Amino acid sequence: MSAARLRLFGHRVTIPAMIGFVIIAVNLIAALGAPWLSPFDQADVVCEAWDDPTAEHLLGCDNLGRDLLSRLLFGARMSIGLSLLITTLSFSIGIVTGFTAAIAKGWVDAALSRAVDLMLSMPSLIFAFVVLSVLGTEIPVLVITLACLDSTRVFRLSRALAMNIVALEYVEVAKLRGEGLWWIITREVLPAARAPLIAEFGLRFSFAFLFVAALSFLGLGIQPPNADWGSMVRDYRDMINLGITAPFWPAGAIAVLTIGVNFVVDWLLAIQSRGHGENA
Amino acid sequence: MGKLIAQRLALGFLTLFGASVLIFAGTELLPGDLASALLQNNATEENLAVMRKQLGLDRPAPVRYVEWFGGALKGDLGKSLATERPVAADLAPRLRNTIFLAIYAAVVAVPLAIALGLLAAVFQGSVFDRAVNTVTLMTISIPEYLVGYLLMKYISVQLGWLPTLANVTEETPLGERFYLSLLPMLTLVLVTIAHMMRMTRASVLAIMASPYIEMAFLKGIPKWIVVVRHAFPNALAPVISVVALNLAYLIVGVVVVESVFVYPGLGQLMVDAVSKHDVPVVQACGLLFASAFIVLNMLADIAAILANPRLRHPR
Repeated sequence: MSAARLRLFGHRVTIPAMIGFVIIAVNLIAALGAPWLSPFDQADVVCEAWDDPTAEHLLGCDNLGRDLLSRLLFGARMSIGLSLLITTLSFSIGIVTGFTAAIAKGWVDAALSRAVDLMLSMPSLIFAFVVLSVLGTEIPVLVITLACLDSTRVFRLSRALAMNIVALEYVEVAKLRGEGLWWIITREVLPAARAPLIAEFGLRFSFAFLFVAALSFLGLGIQPPNADWGSMVRDYRDMINLGITAPFWPAGAIAVLTIGVNFVVDWLLAIQSRGHGENA
Repeated sequence: MGKLIAQRLALGFLTLFGASVLIFAGTELLPGDLASALLQNNATEENLAVMRKQLGLDRPAPVRYVEWFGGALKGDLGKSLATERPVAADLAPRLRNTIFLAIYAAVVAVPLAIALGLLAAVFQGSVFDRAVNTVTLMTISIPEYLVGYLLMKYISVQLGWLPTLANVTEETPLGERFYLSLLPMLTLVLVTIAHMMRMTRASVLAIMASPYIEMAFLKGIPKWIVVVRHAFPNALAPVISVVALNLAYLIVGVVVVESVFVYPGLGQLMVDAVSKHDVPVVQACGLLFASAFIVLNMLADIAAILANPRLRHPR
């Protein structure tokens, strides 16, 4: 973490990156502080359905008379927390398998790579549908399915990164020293591959986030009564014909956070392609 | 070149076969089996046995896979668990609707994206270039349903120009179909155009740095001719692969957009089937979506081989 922060101050932060960091910070505060920040509970009926915004209900009320702002804040918690969990899990799987493939080479590499090629030959939304149709949409199922699907992309990147690193002398030395696979993955390869992997984490997070939101929007993701942004759009969508703006709050929140993350990722990638020391 | 294309075709069909195994295996992941999932609380021993027999689950998985895939190749996709009607009959009109929407969107999006990309490359660094760049960077991050609902709110509800829902039926005449599905088409165009346009611009600009382009400028040829005649043909291969990738993406984006506009397509059918645990329908839709994706990618590779003479000879 300290390394990431050093880079932050070591490199000039561009205006889009600054905007991105602010957006991410606001969203994290909303997600972490939801129980304290939100004026009402997410499930409490506190006003009439579709009441207009007032001083008490800043964004008005939803279809069942729940406070929209409170649901939005609790929704942040669900949507962001779940996506973070999925991305973390997908990175753990993807990095370990990807590095293993690069270190072990031979049939291990060939088998893993072909399996991943096959998984990537199909849109992941479609494969997720197939799995969810038999396993149902409980949260653990959702997390594991999406993490496994997403880890194929992490595998590709970490294998490609590790291929270059394992060819270096110090990894060769570690192998000759008789270090085990786990040591080589965590102590030799991972530190050298950290920078591109951090940028990729942002990118994968925004994919996972949009993916969960899309599934919830289609009614196949997080189930009620839990508030999350995708299913909020789904619940409020019929109101568009009546000119009510409620669906645009959660949908807008999804878009803003994704744009924010992409701004930061763009900045991270630009730093890496510039190399070390330049523009410091 | 013939050999390269044949290899690519063979790989494509092999992938298709692999994808079918994956789709079938995906529905076998259940810890128990489909019968116990469907019956849930009513699962007594006798009920389970009857249900298994009905679903054909009493036979080993490889046998069922061969039957399923063999049937699918002949157009027999099994029976829906929910309606007990043949899946193929329910699927066909939906498939036609989805293909109609996808082609409609592609015919608008592809030329528009390439034209915008070329214009941005010609006027590199201008206000137009920067504006197009910023707008497309944002549309990449915005989910399809937000684009759809924004269009719906402003174009249909406030201006009243277009219908909010695209409820086409079998009897809808072609002209009205174009009108009813105009808004879903626009949504798809907006979400797919960004990548294609940016890629066109980037690959043309990459070529613009090469010496033969400088030569063309030194001969005194106007900039737009240099871009269109000299740079674009060489930038075609990456553009083709991005176009194909986006068409493949269009197929997935269609699922969400169909849901926004309640358009009776394959995506809607699949989503409904997933929530009803109607496995044969899900498998059939999955197979169709996956085939479209794989075939598009295969065609893209072949088109890239044809467009770029350097790819014709394997090293």
